[in-house]
Amino acid sequence: MAKKVGIEVSLAVAEAAKLANADVVAAYPITPQTHIVEHLAELVANGELDAAYIPVESEHSAMSACLGSSAVGARTFTATAGQGLELMHEVLYVASAMRLPVVMAVANRALSSPLSVWGDQSDVMAVRDTGWIQLFVENGQETVDNVLCAFRMGEDPRVLLPVMVHLDGFYLSHVIEAVLFPEQSQVDKFLPPFKYPLPLHPDKPLTMGAFAMPVLYSEVKKAQEVNLEAAKEVILECWGEFGKLFGRNYSPVERYRSDDARVLLLTLGGFSETAMTAVDRMQEEGREVGLVRLRLWRPFPFAELRQAVKNAEVLIVLDRAISFGGPGGPVCSEVRSALYGEEKRPKVIGFVGGLGGRDITPAGFEEIVNKGIEIAQKGSDKEFEIYGVRE
Amino acid sequence: MESYAVYVPRLVTKKENFAPGHRACIGCGEALAVRLACKALGQSVIIANATGCMEIVSSPLPYTSWRVPWIHTLFENTAAVASGIEAGLKIMMKKGRIAQKEIKVVAMAGDGGTSDIGLQALSGAMERGHNFLYLCFDNEAYMNTGIQRSSSTPFGAATTTSPAGKVSIGQVSWKKNMPAIAAAHDIPYVATACPSYPFDLMAKVAKGAAIQGPAYIQILSPCPTGWRFATNLSVRIGRLAVETGMFPLYEVENGTYKLTLDFPKLRPVADYMKLQGRFRHLPEEIVKQIQQRLEKEYAKLKEKAR
Repeated sequence: MAKKVGIEVSLAVAEAAKLANADVVAAYPITPQTHIVEHLAELVANGELDAAYIPVESEHSAMSACLGSSAVGARTFTATAGQGLELMHEVLYVASAMRLPVVMAVANRALSSPLSVWGDQSDVMAVRDTGWIQLFVENGQETVDNVLCAFRMGEDPRVLLPVMVHLDGFYLSHVIEAVLFPEQSQVDKFLPPFKYPLPLHPDKPLTMGAFAMPVLYSEVKKAQEVNLEAAKEVILECWGEFGKLFGRNYSPVERYRSDDARVLLLTLGGFSETAMTAVDRMQEEGREVGLVRLRLWRPFPFAELRQAVKNAEVLIVLDRAISFGGPGGPVCSEVRSALYGEEKRPKVIGFVGGLGGRDITPAGFEEIVNKGIEIAQKGSDKEFEIYGVRE
Repeated sequence: MESYAVYVPRLVTKKENFAPGHRACIGCGEALAVRLACKALGQSVIIANATGCMEIVSSPLPYTSWRVPWIHTLFENTAAVASGIEAGLKIMMKKGRIAQKEIKVVAMAGDGGTSDIGLQALSGAMERGHNFLYLCFDNEAYMNTGIQRSSSTPFGAATTTSPAGKVSIGQVSWKKNMPAIAAAHDIPYVATACPSYPFDLMAKVAKGAAIQGPAYIQILSPCPTGWRFATNLSVRIGRLAVETGMFPLYEVENGTYKLTLDFPKLRPVADYMKLQGRFRHLPEEIVKQIQQRLEKEYAKLKEKAR
């Protein structure tokens, strides 16, 4: 029987990697991700997880070691956050371009300077274009389920891409939640051992990571784009299969009380649960406000997003990262661009908030909605609003 | 002395795992060194190669010179990639996911990829004790990007970023002692080699590959393009580097130093320098200063090897 336990979500992530029977974990400590790799180290030390644990000397080496172990066909897991993700930056591109399905949990964190170990999504947005499949989860159960799904999605021979599972630093990574862990036998059925089609091995010598002249580089990059785009089918299939086996269903775009809502909020990650509380309150007051949450960030779910917001008049997007000197938050930019070609589309209003661990309460979301509606009606001379900041 | 003589007939495998047709410059000492190393390594290896000359000349898509499994990812991370390969193979064999087999993991990089940008990853991999062989092909500058100085460039050498000028003699720092840094990690095997001594090079590579645990070999790779000497002189230049004490050949086995070639008296360094454009600008007093330093360093090395 699957059992439900109260557990810190970071530890639950490690337990999920154990259920996935990861072969190699290469990791470096960084707040707020550390509990994940600490627990993995514990599991390996106690013989509960038969894996090689490589305690590397930096995140750059963590991801580099992951490239090596994945290239020989080992199921590979790591976790990081904030500065660690940025230090990995160039290595992330290699993982996706070389088709190495590493799975990484990212406990999203703000970027220095000033130093902040607290949560926001600046780290993710800086690695948006690295070619990884990227998922945002909002609670402990979803985290565990999607770490398992991440292995299956990435390792599918039609995909072979690395996957990031984003969970909010502290707000999700450090909370204790009730999580239902599936039975090992069920997981094994869902996730058979990794079989990399072209591993590095002396029996069949391969050259991996050759360089490309201009005459070939564009073709390689196009192939990568086609591949990531096509991965969406497999992602949907994977979630479908997961739903059948475990009874929990996931989709690229989550809709919450949004069907008749004229005003929609759009969020990513754990703040969505607070936004739901705000939506409940506002609907109780008879206001037509709903919520849309992106679970799948890459490949971007264009069709599902358009479908989800097509009847709304105002769409208020909350970003937890700033594109300095630009159009506001990266999420808002992308949403606007996804809707630009639509004949009927909501007005898109951008907010940036919740930076560096600054909380947004249900009342805060109501404030954002009110201000958003006001801007939609009266217009604004600013490209975006920064919420909850002292002048 | 047999392994140091070139003209003694002996059996060496004809099998080339580093195939001809690559795009190295004429007279490239590094390509020769890689070729010899690959002969010594045999088939059962996986090579992780850093960005650099050898990576570029050997792997233009869709061609490859590698007849053994080979991976290139980035510049500074080769030792970390090798760590992952080694750990991955080991656990997969333990779990029965792949057949048990002796597979040596070999990391290759240039001197910049080793002693500058890749030093941290290398130090980490040596400290963790991975079972791998690291080969540093030392041509004493960033040759792939056009002869920029590295921390392995010798004192006085002119490079494009340490040019000799009216008020500069070129490189103003002494060559970083990378083998000593490797040895300070207390790894089982450290050695220096040079393709001008091909049998010695092959023997050291084979020895390093056979050892359990980290092994580090620094291979002086004369570069006609970057050092500015005639392309037919690569082997001779390598010999002169060894004979003048510019690049002494030695091994450090479990902390014990052993000179491979012990010269009672070093040949004057001017013999080595005068053949190379990179040293041509140096006034006599600087050459003298270098000579003194070499003698001092060589004496220190001899002392360690006593």
